[in-house]
Amino acid sequence: MSARDSILQKIKENKPAASALPATLRYESFFENTEAKFRETLAAIYTEVFVVKDQAELAQKAEELFVNVTNRATSIPALANWADFSLNVADPHELETIEIAIVQGEFGVAENGAVWVSDHYLSHRALPFITQNLAFVIPRNSLMNNMHDAYERLKDTTGWGCFIAGPSKTADIEQSLVIGAHGARSMVIFLIEEEFV
Amino acid sequence: MSTATIDHAEASEIFNKDEPYVNWHDETLWFVRQKRDRSSKQLPEWEELRETASGIKHYVLSHMDELLINFEQKAKENGVHVHWAANAAEHNEIVLGLLKERHIDKMVKSKSMLTEECHMNEFLTKNGIEVIDTDLGERIVQLRNEPPSHIVLPAIHLKKKDIGDLFHEHLGTEAGATDPQYLTEAARQHLRDKFLTRRAALTGVNFAIAETGGFVVATNEGNADMGAHLADIHIACMGFEKIIPKQEHLGVFLRLLARSATGQPITTYSSHFKKPREGQEMHIIIVDNGRSTQLGREDFRNSLKCIRCGACMNTCPVYRRSGGHSYHNAVAGPIGSILAPNLDMTKNADLPFASTLCGSCSNVCPVKIDIHDQLYKWRQVLAKGGHVPQSKGLGVKAMSMVLSQPRFYQWSGRLGRSVMRVMPFMVNNNLNPWYKQRDMPEPPKESFRDWYVRNRKE
Ligand code: SF4
Repeated sequence: MSARDSILQKIKENKPAASALPATLRYESFFENTEAKFRETLAAIYTEVFVVKDQAELAQKAEELFVNVTNRATSIPALANWADFSLNVADPHELETIEIAIVQGEFGVAENGAVWVSDHYLSHRALPFITQNLAFVIPRNSLMNNMHDAYERLKDTTGWGCFIAGPSKTADIEQSLVIGAHGARSMVIFLIEEEFV
Repeated sequence: MSTATIDHAEASEIFNKDEPYVNWHDETLWFVRQKRDRSSKQLPEWEELRETASGIKHYVLSHMDELLINFEQKAKENGVHVHWAANAAEHNEIVLGLLKERHIDKMVKSKSMLTEECHMNEFLTKNGIEVIDTDLGERIVQLRNEPPSHIVLPAIHLKKKDIGDLFHEHLGTEAGATDPQYLTEAARQHLRDKFLTRRAALTGVNFAIAETGGFVVATNEGNADMGAHLADIHIACMGFEKIIPKQEHLGVFLRLLARSATGQPITTYSSHFKKPREGQEMHIIIVDNGRSTQLGREDFRNSLKCIRCGACMNTCPVYRRSGGHSYHNAVAGPIGSILAPNLDMTKNADLPFASTLCGSCSNVCPVKIDIHDQLYKWRQVLAKGGHVPQSKGLGVKAMSMVLSQPRFYQWSGRLGRSVMRVMPFMVNNNLNPWYKQRDMPEPPKESFRDWYVRNRKE
């Protein structure tokens, strides 16, 4: 018998009597102001949130924040002039020198500050990790209260997606928090008001 | 994994020789436990969430085969290769085979307790494969040639001076440098080079979803993603109990996992892998290695609900004052002490005794595993099966290790009543060396310390 079949056979013999799934699988979170909670959560994980009216203001703000930075990449057409690094490469290793990437995300989660990003928004999965600094742009009206709401919204995903909450970090040396482990060293989130495609 | 042959009590004695160090270790973990408390209190539904998580996991245990079959089918539809391994040796051979077929002799790895359980690094190294652990804590212990001492905080037993010395030797940092920021930066640059040059990446799996065939890997550092998205081949290894029925159930588990582990509302990265990227290969290895046996043990099957948050270790008075290595098992602490005897009863017979049965582990467990009850039950099984070589000896050693530490009394003093409440377990157990000679005192009549001191003198 193959390993597969013998494992499955043994599981079948040994598993307990069937039980049902719990009746309640989700809980509501009640925040007075979801956006305020989102900001507060992100402030605690070293991430600043900016509101911008439209793509013109986004471009202006990006220019301001990352002035003098070279190797800027983006997947957002409105920022094409802001960028000086093309993502049009075949091999993700070529992204190695990117300093700042501004990437579109789908929505944010207030209880933990996470932003959902997926293949749908990226030509390279490695981008949000390999870049030294990361910024997300998400619709201002896309904030969910908690992870139950997030998964309800996330009906369909592409081949890969990720919740990212703040810059990468570690506390593996005597529990001292250090920002910038292997992923981005800093994170900024833009909440955009205008309809955004 | 070390080939330690000394038992937990002996190893603890060695660990306890340096009093200030043990106090530091104890307090550091207690600090993590407190962060978990603060974070969990922010959710009014916390207790219900734990109940729900436990219920979903119970459903999983009772539908395990069907869920795995669904998962396999979906994963294959997604273009992922699925392998099955009955034991550690088969798992290791599969990994080696995949690498050899592709003429790959270097691999990066993110945290996977399963590969520790299988002693995979050792095996691959012997077969000419270089494996680089990329989680900072894991890289640290790898450079020291020792196993992780904690499932979430692999280098929690080390002081920054140890790490500074280690990095000076291996990464060329300045002699005497101990600044965590500086040392982390050195590791970042050292490992970035590995990420950029390795063609294979191995990751663990936190949750595998039967409904979608996808799996989730959670990290704070971003090392799993850095490895997987740059490599030609991504190998993900999972114990079969990692399966959950539906994607929406992640809402429950991801809300519990990081809060229980470190007090964060979520880890920085919760990466959902479903299909390989274009031109990449993705492989999943589903491993049994004793799990199907544990599933058949009515008293112990709940241990398969574990989501590896580490909360039971952070809270355990024995773990905090004996250190992860004293458990001589890939998974240490209370949960490790339930899992280990399933793998080898004789070798791990000491572990269920490395507990005061105070119940703190069961109280913090996000999936409500009855950990301390299972520890108690293992003691009986092991004694009956003749796996406890010197039954008296074990009882004495397990007790005396923790009880002979002055600091431990002070700590126990705070928990005095609950320790006394569980004392009858020890008392009515024929492993207790004092049992046959005398009746035990009624809990309220005298303090724990007085009782112990008096008994030790007699
Ligand atoms: S047994 Fe419970 S508390 Fe311990 S690591 Fe597993 S899930 Fe966490």
